[in-house]
Amino acid sequence: MMASSYNAKEEDGRNSNSSTHGGAAVAKSKKPDNTAFKQQRLPAWQPILTAGNVLPAFFVIGLIFIPIGIGLYVTSNNIREIEIDYTGSESGSPCNDCSTNFTWNTTTPCICTVNFTLNQPFEGNVYMYYGLSNFYQNHRRYVKSRDDSQLNGNIKSLKEPSKECEPYRTDPVTKKPIAPCGAIANSLFNDTLELFHNELNGRTTAVPLAKRGIAWYTDRTVKFRNPVGDNLSEVFKDTEKPMNWMKPVYELDPSDPENNGFINEDFIVWMRTAALPTFRKLYRIIHKNSSSTLTLPSGSYTLKVAYNYPVSSFDGRKRMILSTISWMGGKNPFLGIAYITVGSICFFLGVVLLIIHHKYDSRNNSADIPN
Amino acid sequence: MDFNLLRNIISRYCTGEEIWVDSRTVYIGHKEPPPGAEAYIPQRYPDNRIVSSKYTFWNFIPKNLFEQFRRIANFYFLLIFLVQLIIDTPTSPVTSGLPLFFVITVTAIKQGYEDWLRHKADCSINECPVDVVQQGNVARTQSHKLRVGDIVIVREDETFPCDLIFLSSSRDDGTCYVTTTSLDGESSHKTYYAVPDTMAFKTEQEVDSLHATIECEQPQPDLYKFVGRINIYKDKEEPVSRTLGAENLLLRGATLKNTKHIYAVAVYTGMETKMALNYQSKSQKRSAVEKSMNAFLIVYLCILISKALINTVLKYAWQWLPDRDEPWYNHRTENERQRHVVIRAFTDFLAFMVLFNYIIPVSMYVTVEMQKFLGSYFITWDEEMFDEELGQGAQVNTSDLNEELGQVEYVFTDKTGTLTENNMEFIECCVDGNVYIPHAICNGQILSAASSIDMIDSSPGGYRREYEDLFFRALCLCHTVQVKEEETVDGIKRGIHQGRPTSFYISSSPDEVALVEGMKRLGYTYLRLKDNYMEILNKDDEIERFELLHVLNFDSVRRRMSVIVKSISGEYLLFCKGADSSIFPRVVSGKVEQVKAHVEQNAVEGLRTLCVAYRRLSESEYLEACHYLTEAKLALQDREHRLAQAYDVIERDLVLLGATAVEDRLQEKAADTIESLHKAGIKVWVLTGDKMETAAATCYASKLFRRSTQILELTKKRTKEQSLHDVLFELNRTVLRQRSMSGLSVDCLDFGLIIDGATLSAVLKPSQEVSGHGNYREIFLEICRNCSAVLCCRMAPLQKAQIVKLIKSSKEHPITLAIGDGANDVSMILEAHVGIGIMGKEGRQAARNSDYAIPKFKHLKKMLLVHGHYYYIRIAELVQYFFYKNVCFIFPQFLYQFFCGFSQQPLYDTAYLTLYNISFTSLPILLYSLVEQHVTIDALKRDPSLYRDIAKNSLLRWPVFLYWTCLGVFDAVIFFFGAYFLFDNTTFTSNGQMFGNWTFGTLIFTVLVFTVTLKLALDTRHWTWINHFVIWGSLLFYVIFSLLWGGIIWPFLNYQRMYYVFMQMLSSGPAWLSIILLITVSLLPDVIKKVLCRAICPTATERAQVQEKQLPSSMAELTPLSFCQPYKGRSTDSTLLHLGAAETLSLRSSSPLAQKLLTHLAEGGGSDLSSLSPYMLRLSGAGFAYYAPGPETPV
Repeated sequence: MMASSYNAKEEDGRNSNSSTHGGAAVAKSKKPDNTAFKQQRLPAWQPILTAGNVLPAFFVIGLIFIPIGIGLYVTSNNIREIEIDYTGSESGSPCNDCSTNFTWNTTTPCICTVNFTLNQPFEGNVYMYYGLSNFYQNHRRYVKSRDDSQLNGNIKSLKEPSKECEPYRTDPVTKKPIAPCGAIANSLFNDTLELFHNELNGRTTAVPLAKRGIAWYTDRTVKFRNPVGDNLSEVFKDTEKPMNWMKPVYELDPSDPENNGFINEDFIVWMRTAALPTFRKLYRIIHKNSSSTLTLPSGSYTLKVAYNYPVSSFDGRKRMILSTISWMGGKNPFLGIAYITVGSICFFLGVVLLIIHHKYDSRNNSADIPN
Repeated sequence: MDFNLLRNIISRYCTGEEIWVDSRTVYIGHKEPPPGAEAYIPQRYPDNRIVSSKYTFWNFIPKNLFEQFRRIANFYFLLIFLVQLIIDTPTSPVTSGLPLFFVITVTAIKQGYEDWLRHKADCSINECPVDVVQQGNVARTQSHKLRVGDIVIVREDETFPCDLIFLSSSRDDGTCYVTTTSLDGESSHKTYYAVPDTMAFKTEQEVDSLHATIECEQPQPDLYKFVGRINIYKDKEEPVSRTLGAENLLLRGATLKNTKHIYAVAVYTGMETKMALNYQSKSQKRSAVEKSMNAFLIVYLCILISKALINTVLKYAWQWLPDRDEPWYNHRTENERQRHVVIRAFTDFLAFMVLFNYIIPVSMYVTVEMQKFLGSYFITWDEEMFDEELGQGAQVNTSDLNEELGQVEYVFTDKTGTLTENNMEFIECCVDGNVYIPHAICNGQILSAASSIDMIDSSPGGYRREYEDLFFRALCLCHTVQVKEEETVDGIKRGIHQGRPTSFYISSSPDEVALVEGMKRLGYTYLRLKDNYMEILNKDDEIERFELLHVLNFDSVRRRMSVIVKSISGEYLLFCKGADSSIFPRVVSGKVEQVKAHVEQNAVEGLRTLCVAYRRLSESEYLEACHYLTEAKLALQDREHRLAQAYDVIERDLVLLGATAVEDRLQEKAADTIESLHKAGIKVWVLTGDKMETAAATCYASKLFRRSTQILELTKKRTKEQSLHDVLFELNRTVLRQRSMSGLSVDCLDFGLIIDGATLSAVLKPSQEVSGHGNYREIFLEICRNCSAVLCCRMAPLQKAQIVKLIKSSKEHPITLAIGDGANDVSMILEAHVGIGIMGKEGRQAARNSDYAIPKFKHLKKMLLVHGHYYYIRIAELVQYFFYKNVCFIFPQFLYQFFCGFSQQPLYDTAYLTLYNISFTSLPILLYSLVEQHVTIDALKRDPSLYRDIAKNSLLRWPVFLYWTCLGVFDAVIFFFGAYFLFDNTTFTSNGQMFGNWTFGTLIFTVLVFTVTLKLALDTRHWTWINHFVIWGSLLFYVIFSLLWGGIIWPFLNYQRMYYVFMQMLSSGPAWLSIILLITVSLLPDVIKKVLCRAICPTATERAQVQEKQLPSSMAELTPLSFCQPYKGRSTDSTLLHLGAAETLSLRSSSPLAQKLLTHLAEGGGSDLSSLSPYMLRLSGAGFAYYAPGPETPV
């Protein structure tokens, strides 16, 4: 573009020559304006990064970062977290049978139970996650295989899903459009996890698991919407359920009619594709028990799994995670350690710079004067 | 007739080509030649339509698109766009199509508009009315209907519609005056001459009765050259032939002045006119920065391709297991599955290319071009480079080379008119050893009481008297000076000749004017040339008349000119004046030794000397000479050469009369400028056609050579004694010895080399005996490399270009700059990397052909040391930063492929991918590259050695480039893995909810945008409000855009992946903490590097910055004197105490500063004084401005 503008300039000159012959008039241009901008004399602040200037900044960063880091680290350490792997690929593990005998065409789920012990009680709200490994939710073909306008309740997209959903767009047998279409929806995580507390007196009580509040509020209320209609089954009449699903989308949660269709929270959570191949997704929330302080007292627990979701074919693993949460989220020592490290490095560099500053800057200054 | 026609056709098709090449025959008034004449070979001439437009309505779109896509960058982006259209790629075609479309459309609209303007201009020209003589009557027609051979009437103040041969004029003497301002910018009036045989025609009928043909060469672009012949047929006699030259050819575009009307015949029309031929585009120069940029681009292209290749290979290696390739949850479509694996791999490769293509952004080209284009305005706006006298500031003809101004290593300067004023002043003359000095000299102004002659020697005897008379007459006659009336004055001349109300002299050579004016002061006044008689008013107030028979024009090869005149008494005299070297060999008698000694003495004083000689011709000798001349002049081919031969024969056996000395004053501040350039590490070479002694004296005066400089001579005089070979080797030894010793004493001795044209051509001659002596060229270059200053004298214009080329192509490939003011400098201006023209007195040719034009030599200092320096650091930062920010941008995406199964999943949202380079990060760097000043203007001017810091493309060398790239990779790794560990299998919200891949990308992108912008902020040293505005503004814009982009369900998008992602991210504490942490870590290494480098081994620039800082009132308050008037020869009351913009700044007491400067003054003595001279010293408390001019007295 520069070259073209240059040409243009040149040709303009030619132009004026040939048309007006006013070369002289043009050449006798006025004296340039004496403005600060044109003369490149705008007032300016001119900081220099010298050892002397940077020194305090380094110390300040060090002094701020180290406490933050310690705070973060302590917070992270106070979080209780337990991970139960129930993949069952190893022989002898509780879910081995379910894992090895998995077939796509069963109607009755394979149930297995895993026992585990909490050595320390979990306080406050406890969050129950399921985790998958080696599952590429961030694969390009997978990520784009959805129709957001269908999920937003658009009737037209319901009848005619986006091309991106191929090959999960229409049912190969009935040729009806699939709702919700696409690979993501098709592979919805469908294990059912239940938690039981084995009390000391031998009684087994089910831990109450809340299904609501696990998806982003904005997703549930704005981004995901059911198509307008009185009866969901009526609205979805001309569509087919995804191939791998056992139940159509409007029957995902039989217990709560408000949690069906596209606004089912388990579904919404699944539809937010994870960033990395090993990920966890929020499954249930165990709300703080108002009567006792401990949400999950220490002791023995049983995880009951309705094993529907095959992961062995791609060497995946399935986990159930129980975690408490602080203001900074789940257990993640990284941030704390990073802050402490960076803070210390800055502090150390500050000291180094102090030495350098003493050694060199004074020398430079003295060398400058006669210069 | 039929037979004739047939023959014509045959000859046209068989031999026509040859004839066409030779010459053309024009039939005046389209009259058939008499039957006896040569066969009529009809030629087709174009009509007089001027077409400057490039496009027509129909071909605009295809042709313009073709033109645009010929640019490699555009083509690359077009390819990427097409790939995106054809195959399934990770990003939508919009991401690259939109910017490309934008750039292409804007350019097309601009070019279309310009072309439309051109069409309009063409139209108005082509339809402009022209009067043509047809059958003895005047007919009005339109310009574009003119044909070759038409007779045209042009009236006063009209422009010539095509190239015309001047037949007759309304003036009796058959002359007309013309200005060629629009052609070459010279505003003086030039005289053109009608063909002598036709100048008597006064009416249309007479003109129409003319029966003649013109033979002339085919059109060629040289404005000052024309060779032709007119054959006039009269009553069946043999045709009369007259020679035609450039003085008969009126060029299209020139304007008729001071003449009522003229008749002329069209010879070249339309696109064949010399003006049209001259507008062919020059070859474009490329700057060193651009070359490095292209090299970097290639590296990045390689990186891009290898990244794509690596990923493709890894992808297929990884996908070896079918469950990885197609796990049950993620099947391919049937179509894809059936595709051959090779095709799939290839599409994958292309998809990776598309994904990573942002590493070479469209916007870099746009930004670089905008920077250059807009940046060049600072040169034209510069008030300090404005010359009041000329009424002009610096001009930028090419903005492509701005940064090259900061890279100059060699300056080749012309002497006359560049280093010196080219304002000649007659000093003295010497006749046969007697010296005459006009006793009143006043800056070219002639005082009335100038009749006396001071004679230094004893009064001469009788025959001396005769020599004296001859000498003065010779000077009065042997010239091409014209006498002009007052009203035809142009601006420059008026300034000098204010004192003279009547008439004054005008010539293309200021020396001649000086000589004739000098003669006037010595009592011999040249009055005028009338009817071929030159009139002189001699000392006794008698008018003497000489018939001017021939003028043997001056040329730079012969370096002399002659006239042949016939005195009243019937004597034929040849007067010759010229350079001593060209006169002495032709002299047979006269006091050669005495004159020679005197000439040398004058030359040492820096005066320009000319020798004058004469020869008496007998009648027969004259006729013989006449014969030679006319024969040569009539020749159509090789005229130049034959004329030179004829001159050579005629100008011999001369009798030496004497010599003259003319002073050419140094330009103001020439010495200061050269000294600054030296300090800046630039080698200055003076290339001049002048003689050695004169040139050397000028060099001493301009401080090119200092007292301490050891002069090495490589001249003809020396090579006569020894062989060239020996001299070269000896000099080389001297230089090398010095260099080996210089370990002990640095800079104690520097060398200056003087070489003359003859020796130079011997050195450059391809040596026959290559084996024995090796290459002289190399040795010569070796010597030159060790000399701080080189003076080349006795140079022909082409040799100047040769020298430039020699240095340019030597093994270091230094950047050269040529500066000159005259037509003889054009070749070197075009040859050098940067050509600078001075808007001088010898016309505008140099300025027109240059890349930059400045009014005075002194402006070169600011041009290079300030503007060049700034442009260079600005563009260097721009280029490096662009690559850096795109590495930061794309490398995380590359890393992400390892975690998403090499599926080309983009890390960032489409909007971010598209807008990153266009709007989030483009403005800060553009504005930085326009206004950054790492050191203030004053510091740069005060300390020229800062220029060395950026020499040899130092900011764009590979190590620096590697540093930036590594920094980019480091930052990218920090961004990616920082986010990776934060996301690693955990949550970082306080409500336990999880984030997805788009939050991951947005987090990285946010850190990225902040880091690269803050990195630029760290590099910014000159924080004006503009910088604050764009840096903080663009960060704010990013945040606002992200909020908006994620805040709405956009109905036109088929995905809502960004909905509330940004807000959710900001609602999480750890996201904030990690953003802050990652930015800090990314910036840390650069800060440390900067601080350590500055502390441990500061560059001169950094020292200067610190120094500035230490002076509490920064130099901005020290107002440089915008227009330092030379203190010599100008009124002192004018603008000495000019205060610039900073006058309004506080008159804060700045005692440390003043002290500092005073120390400078005290220590530095003379030389330092001059370096300080541009500054106003504001002495503390008093608020009193005091100006210290540089000691610039010429010798």
